Amino acid sequence: MDALMPVLVFLTSLLTGIFIFLLGEEQRAIRTFLNIAGATVKMVLVGIIIWGVFHEHSYESRFTVIAGIDLVLRVDALSVLFVTLSSILWFLTTIYAIGYLEGSPNRSRFFGFFSLCVASTMGIAMAGNLFTFFLFYEVLTLTTYPLVVHRGTEKALKAGKTYLIYTLTGGAVLLFGVVWLYILAGPTEFSQAGSLEHIGAEHYHLLKIIFVLLIAGLGVKAALVPLHGWLPEAMVAPAPVSALFHAVAVVKAGAFGIVRIIYNVYGIEFASMLGLTTSLAAVAAITIIYGSLKALQQDDIKKRLAYSTVSQIAYIVLGIAIVGKIATIGGIVHIVHQGIMKITLFLCAGNLAETLGLRSINQINGVGRRMPFTMAAFTVAALGMIGIPPMAGFITKWYLGIGAVQAGQTWVVAVLASSSLLNAAYFLPIVYSAWFKESSISWLENNRSGRFETGLLLLLPPLVTALLTILAGLFAASSFSPLDWAKLIAFREYRE
Amino acid sequence: MPLADQWMVWSIIIPLIGAAIFFLLKERHHTIIVIISLLTLLSTAGLAFNVWKTGSQFHYAGGWQPPLGIVLYADGMSILMMLMTALVGLSISLYALRYFSDKRSLKFFLPLWFFLWASLNALFLSGDIFNIYVTLELLSLSAVALVTVSSQQDTSQRRDAVFAGMRYLLISMIGSLCYLLGVALLYAGYGVLDLKLLSEVIAPSPSVFAAITFITIGLLIKTALFPLHFWLPPAHANAPAPVSAVLSGLVVKASFYLLVRLWFGVFSFALSSESGLFFGLLGASGILWGSFFALRQKTIKMLIAYSTVAQIGYMFLLFPLAADMPSLWGAMAMNAGIYHLISHAFAKSSLFLCSGNIILAFGHNRIDGIGGIAKHYPLTFSALGLSGLGIIGLPISGGFIAKWQFLTASIGSGQWWWAVIIITGSLMAAVYIYIIWSRIFAPLENDIVLNPVPKSMEILALFLSLISIFMGLTAEPVLQMLHIGRHF
Repeated sequence: MDALMPVLVFLTSLLTGIFIFLLGEEQRAIRTFLNIAGATVKMVLVGIIIWGVFHEHSYESRFTVIAGIDLVLRVDALSVLFVTLSSILWFLTTIYAIGYLEGSPNRSRFFGFFSLCVASTMGIAMAGNLFTFFLFYEVLTLTTYPLVVHRGTEKALKAGKTYLIYTLTGGAVLLFGVVWLYILAGPTEFSQAGSLEHIGAEHYHLLKIIFVLLIAGLGVKAALVPLHGWLPEAMVAPAPVSALFHAVAVVKAGAFGIVRIIYNVYGIEFASMLGLTTSLAAVAAITIIYGSLKALQQDDIKKRLAYSTVSQIAYIVLGIAIVGKIATIGGIVHIVHQGIMKITLFLCAGNLAETLGLRSINQINGVGRRMPFTMAAFTVAALGMIGIPPMAGFITKWYLGIGAVQAGQTWVVAVLASSSLLNAAYFLPIVYSAWFKESSISWLENNRSGRFETGLLLLLPPLVTALLTILAGLFAASSFSPLDWAKLIAFREYRE
Repeated sequence: MPLADQWMVWSIIIPLIGAAIFFLLKERHHTIIVIISLLTLLSTAGLAFNVWKTGSQFHYAGGWQPPLGIVLYADGMSILMMLMTALVGLSISLYALRYFSDKRSLKFFLPLWFFLWASLNALFLSGDIFNIYVTLELLSLSAVALVTVSSQQDTSQRRDAVFAGMRYLLISMIGSLCYLLGVALLYAGYGVLDLKLLSEVIAPSPSVFAAITFITIGLLIKTALFPLHFWLPPAHANAPAPVSAVLSGLVVKASFYLLVRLWFGVFSFALSSESGLFFGLLGASGILWGSFFALRQKTIKMLIAYSTVAQIGYMFLLFPLAADMPSLWGAMAMNAGIYHLISHAFAKSSLFLCSGNIILAFGHNRIDGIGGIAKHYPLTFSALGLSGLGIIGLPISGGFIAKWQFLTASIGSGQWWWAVIIITGSLMAAVYIYIIWSRIFAPLENDIVLNPVPKSMEILALFLSLISIFMGLTAEPVLQMLHIGRHF
């Protein structure tokens, strides 16, 4: 059973996707049932796995592709973090998408690829070696492309083109690095805290080159500056897709890959011995500041959120690159925290656009009175992003700051502080205008239909994730909180 | 085991009988077509099963031993080629039933196609260089005739097809003559034609090197390796879709198979890092040249045909990488080359069948006018997507496994420049496949009336693309089969 578990988790999404493709466009009830059933079954399975991994069970499925190269799905503590995040957010986003795409064409195709995209995210989360990771990393590109171009407009096709150019080139660079490393080090399993120290000092310069190739390949999806260009353009995708992209799927996959490379392939101590982590920290810091500055200049809500993602994902990378247990906790826990906060923001932005046609920040005045729940959720998440207690984002910044000081890298604190200021500068005006400014537009009461401010399916998911944002911060100290789990991972990585 | 021997003969005789039946019959009989195709597949599978269990085997036609008799030889590599041919062949036979809507074209197509299938099987089983010449010639003649089978009533298109066919015929003749000249030189020198006997007596000498050169050039012309590829795109693009699928998927592979068979067998003493480099450079140029021209095409079929030129280039990279055969990397390169050959056969024939569906649906195959496929022909759309993966070499597809092994072999053996070519080539492939992908998501143009496409045609295209995907899941059985009867 233990060997079957990862495959089952993977199959729940894959089969859902395949069955949905087979359905006709009009079989809405069955499709909705399949979507919800798939997501629910997966959450149950993930629940079992969480319990198992906590008690040091090992879940591993292995399958030989070519002699010496295995497809491995394995669940460790880090996988659990990502798998749990994905399965919960997938469930919520699916509900949202059902409400959002009501009546629009090609829903069958949309939900099919939506499930396949989650299946590949599961594959990435549970990949047990570099080969498997690469496989699903590329499949993710392919399954997300149809979602980006879903609307079929010229603008969408153009964004899709940019997306493919960036990601496929990144994939090619990554492949080069993966193959090279495979030749030097054999199949690089993610099974425990990795290290390439045994390879021998004469190859160290090669290992550095390979590291750059790997990080450059992964950095495209993680949107590290200057490889982030596709992300703001991909915003033409439907709102649930953007939400998923920024919270769990694409961007997160890149960041997750970087975590794997440093912790499970190179080994954190060995990577820092090669001097790789310092330069990575610098790149992350630049990305944080640059992303925030660009976010400030955007007038389109979704674009501002997109640049904010560029900056926030780099926190994860920064946390790892600082080297030190506390900073590691901060970086890893941000995988979850950024996910729940950013998805809230995107779902809220989707509600504004869908219900009132609001897309730009200068139209937002007074919208808090028309859509109080949506804006409440938005506010919670925005405050979390800035890092105000007791939201989840505060926990991240606290651990990153302490960790940096402890590791003797005080310059990081300056980066964190200025980034928080910038975050405040681009989020607070939105919040302020929405609640306190007088509206100049007459949509206030008249086009309101139904009992709620917008469709119930659109309203509930962001409220839930906003609640999670608060809970993850408030109960950070209790067991099974994201922070608690991140500590577990960090302890296992630093072998204490 | 007498029956075990017979499988080899059956796999050649059954399609021949089919060709004769369809030549004589006036009406088309669906059941007969299905039965003949299935029987051919069955005899191939029977042979494959035997070889898998007992290893490579010889068959002496009429019980005569060489040098007098005709010898058939089946090892893992020939079995793989025949299985590939049988799976693609079955799909082509079924597809053609619906594709050729008028009786006349089908009546021309069927006997020629089964004749071609028989000559392919005979070629893969031939054990002496003169029989190889005969099968090669039969193969080329039936292929040329197939190019000119036209379902179009439009005279200008028919004329294009005849021109392309004529050119193909001339080029093919030159190739055959070169090959025959080489055979004559060898026969004059040693008096044997049997590959096994020849490999025992052959020794380096000027006339042997001349013979090798002629034979190689002849086969390179037929394989359409750059710069001898110029005849391929018009011939493959102007033929009817199922014929294009056969030509790109199978026919060019046959002469490549012979190159591998000869260079890693009888001619192995001539294989050095210099001769390997020669093939490799031509292959690399083919990859870049073919991909570049694929990017500039306006119709899907021309694009796919130029892609074939590029994909043929990949197969030739196995020569420089496997030149020092006993090594680990060399064996891996051999695996990569053959695996690429097979997976490309499925992906490419699927693409051509898709182009047939598109022509039926839209009445043309201009790339800029095919919006709406994703919505109206979901099966063809899926086939285009999946076989595209195989061509680019993205996971999960057989093309990826081949690319992975090619990359490992080239970086591992220190010849990293081939890796750069491979990566560049697959990025270019990504772009030209993307050109198709991006259009199929676009909405349908307003004033277009779509013709219905029979479900079976869509399913067959999807079937072939699924095989190329499944080849990406596990390569072990195929690679184990490849090594039966070979010493690398």
